[in-house]
Amino acid sequence: MTFPTAPAPHVVAHDSVGRVMRIVIYALLPTVALHVVFFGAGLLVQIVLGAATALISEALALRLRRKPLEPFLKDGSAIVTAMLLALCLPPLAPWWLVVSGTAFAVLLAKHLYGGLGANPFNPAMVGYAVLLVSFPVQLLQWLPPAGMDIEHVKLSIGETIQAILTGSLPSRLTWDAVTSPTPLDALRTNLKMGMTMAEAQAAPIFGTLGGRGWEWINVATLAGGLALLQLRIIRWHIPVAMLSAIVVCASLMYMIDPGTYAGPIFHLTSGASVLGAFFIATDPISAATSDRGRLIYGAGIGVLTYVIRTWGGYPDGVAFAVLLMNLSVPLIDRYTIPRIYGHAR
Amino acid sequence: MTARELLAGGLRIEAHKQRSTKAPIRAASLVERYVIPLDQHSGLPAVPLVKPADRVRMWQPIAQPAPGISAWLHAPVSGEVIAIEPRPAPHRMGAPTLSIVIANDGRDERFDNAAAIVSFEQISPNEACEHIARGGIVGLGGAAFPTANKLESSLCENGPQLLLNGAECEPYISCDEVLMRERAEDIVFGARALLHALCSPNCTIAIEDDVPEAQAALRQAVDKAADPRVRIKVVPAIYPAGGERQLIATVFDAEVPHDGLPADIGVVCQNVGTAAAIARWIRDGQPLVSRIVTVTGDGVREAGNWETRIGTPFSSLIADCGGYTERMSRLIMGGSMMGTSLSHDDLPVVKATNCIIAASALDLQPRGLEMPCIRCGNCSQVCPAFLLPQQLHWYLQPFDGGQLARHGLLDCIECGCCDYVCPSQIPLVERFREAKPLLTRELDAHLSAHAARARFLARNERLARLEAEHRAKLAEKRRPKNEPTS
Repeated sequence: MTFPTAPAPHVVAHDSVGRVMRIVIYALLPTVALHVVFFGAGLLVQIVLGAATALISEALALRLRRKPLEPFLKDGSAIVTAMLLALCLPPLAPWWLVVSGTAFAVLLAKHLYGGLGANPFNPAMVGYAVLLVSFPVQLLQWLPPAGMDIEHVKLSIGETIQAILTGSLPSRLTWDAVTSPTPLDALRTNLKMGMTMAEAQAAPIFGTLGGRGWEWINVATLAGGLALLQLRIIRWHIPVAMLSAIVVCASLMYMIDPGTYAGPIFHLTSGASVLGAFFIATDPISAATSDRGRLIYGAGIGVLTYVIRTWGGYPDGVAFAVLLMNLSVPLIDRYTIPRIYGHAR
Repeated sequence: MTARELLAGGLRIEAHKQRSTKAPIRAASLVERYVIPLDQHSGLPAVPLVKPADRVRMWQPIAQPAPGISAWLHAPVSGEVIAIEPRPAPHRMGAPTLSIVIANDGRDERFDNAAAIVSFEQISPNEACEHIARGGIVGLGGAAFPTANKLESSLCENGPQLLLNGAECEPYISCDEVLMRERAEDIVFGARALLHALCSPNCTIAIEDDVPEAQAALRQAVDKAADPRVRIKVVPAIYPAGGERQLIATVFDAEVPHDGLPADIGVVCQNVGTAAAIARWIRDGQPLVSRIVTVTGDGVREAGNWETRIGTPFSSLIADCGGYTERMSRLIMGGSMMGTSLSHDDLPVVKATNCIIAASALDLQPRGLEMPCIRCGNCSQVCPAFLLPQQLHWYLQPFDGGQLARHGLLDCIECGCCDYVCPSQIPLVERFREAKPLLTRELDAHLSAHAARARFLARNERLARLEAEHRAKLAEKRRPKNEPTS
């Protein structure tokens, strides 16, 4: 009687890349839901467009690279990229933005570098940065959140799809009426116009903690992020380091001049701070890899985010901060190799 | 999916011991032929003392240690030596190795070992080591390192602390657990003998927190011996807590230097099975001719622990367990995490055979398709050597010796934790195992290149110095004799 042989270990846990990515997708759902509550169904259309583009791009790239299609299309990583990018775009942004951004992310930022596991930069953030640099006007046109005193514009699903695909709104509305800057953008513009912090934050798009609506979206994102921590899909080092760095920077500047600089709570609850900390910076492929390295990496993103928001040329800085820290990952990894058992402390 | 809990270094793996620990230890059936490989211990093969057609009696020495690290071998039965020839051996992954084959006459006529029974307290520690060597005692935890050699290399001024390893962390193996349950007194007796041989001040018996019956039995035996030097330490049941270096870190909160031995930090570690074997040798005159073997897995009808004479074929043990089930698919010697898989069962039990797993697809759950590494770092969270397997894997392709050395490839203990948790199903340990010799070769080449360079520089310097001296002498000669030197 003969038996086939195999190298040890003979038993492994049944985890898979697909499972990891699926959990990330589920953890994003609360954020998506609240986003829809406050800004309408536009995001859903963007996600569908983005996911379709991502899968088609992925299949094309795999075909060209002569790789098997099935395992890589099923691993879910392209969908995660598409969702993260879609979450960064204005809900009514024209279709070609999400399509070109996602295609760029998957084809150039991911597959040009060797596909899954080999991309030095976070693909979704590369896609976003390319769009932000190329089409800043379209990217900064957000919708006013629901529940504001100003006349809120409600679009049906059909009207939303039409707006995204053709760029035409129902006759009762104009683009001016449906666009509004994001809270970070508004704050920045108002401060530039010489307003004090109190005046700048008096506008109706600001809520109690940060931007109206955004506060709750961020709470949902936090919940999803904590679920990822609990399920050990991510570990605490990057989110804690990144958010702490933002809090430290914001508190410091706020204490120096509360009239010019927004406080830490505002920074945490506006923009992509929480989404960045739990879902973007934690992308393991493009992040530093040791625990100590991840603390440095996360803290670097937090500091850069604050610096770009406060003194840089863009209202939010998470994308550029992530890309800049992606760039320094090889250096961080080189100097943060943990001590090995039995070697000098 | 198995319930698991990731911890800093190591993991909790679902144990599969209940099947094999239900019944008490049973004696394996006797067979007609016993095959005793001469190289079944670490170090050099033993040198035969018998030749074909010789009659041997049970417990008679049949091979003596080669000079250096080696061990005695004894006949497990009485009978006739029918051959000394290469036979397939499990510790060589089924490759043939020189073995003594004994035909059993079924009479178990005992060799007169009366002289072997000694009162330990009355002989010197050196004599004690020598005596342990004559019993053919080797480490029974799986490495089969000759115990006397280990003791000799561990002797230090005030005597090293003794650590008895009863932390059986491999999820399928239970031979130490049943030994502690049923023969705790042997273990304590052996512990005291080892204390004497090592001039050691104390002995810690480490046992895992998930074997309450074995703990109770051991406590009872320790209380009965009333030796204040012997204590029990309960350690968490985390794989690989029973690895020598990991156990020392857990028990003594100290690390063995990466290029050293436990003795360097004043510790010597022995398996509980080794201590019990020493007890049998000293007290009963029985050399190491049998051991407890766990036979388990979904591929055999009835799992159990068997007192098995060395040289018994695996197939006979499997027959004792009622034979294979239809689901049988892989034969493993050792544990499910670090064991060797074998292509057939016509192989003898050796001193290192702690467990035979007849694994079915149910046990194995075949690996999924290998995907690229996503650097999730689960592997580095469970690595008991604190390595970054994800980085090691990265530097394997293309092979970057400098980075592999910096990242400690040679410190990998091949425990398999990284493989176990990898979501991309990458066979990391297999790759590391293959890469280690390549790296060693590269480092050696590097070292010899350095040495060559140093030699070359030293030679140039020497030649330059000789040249300078020569010139100085010439200058001395040419100088007019009457001119005063300034």
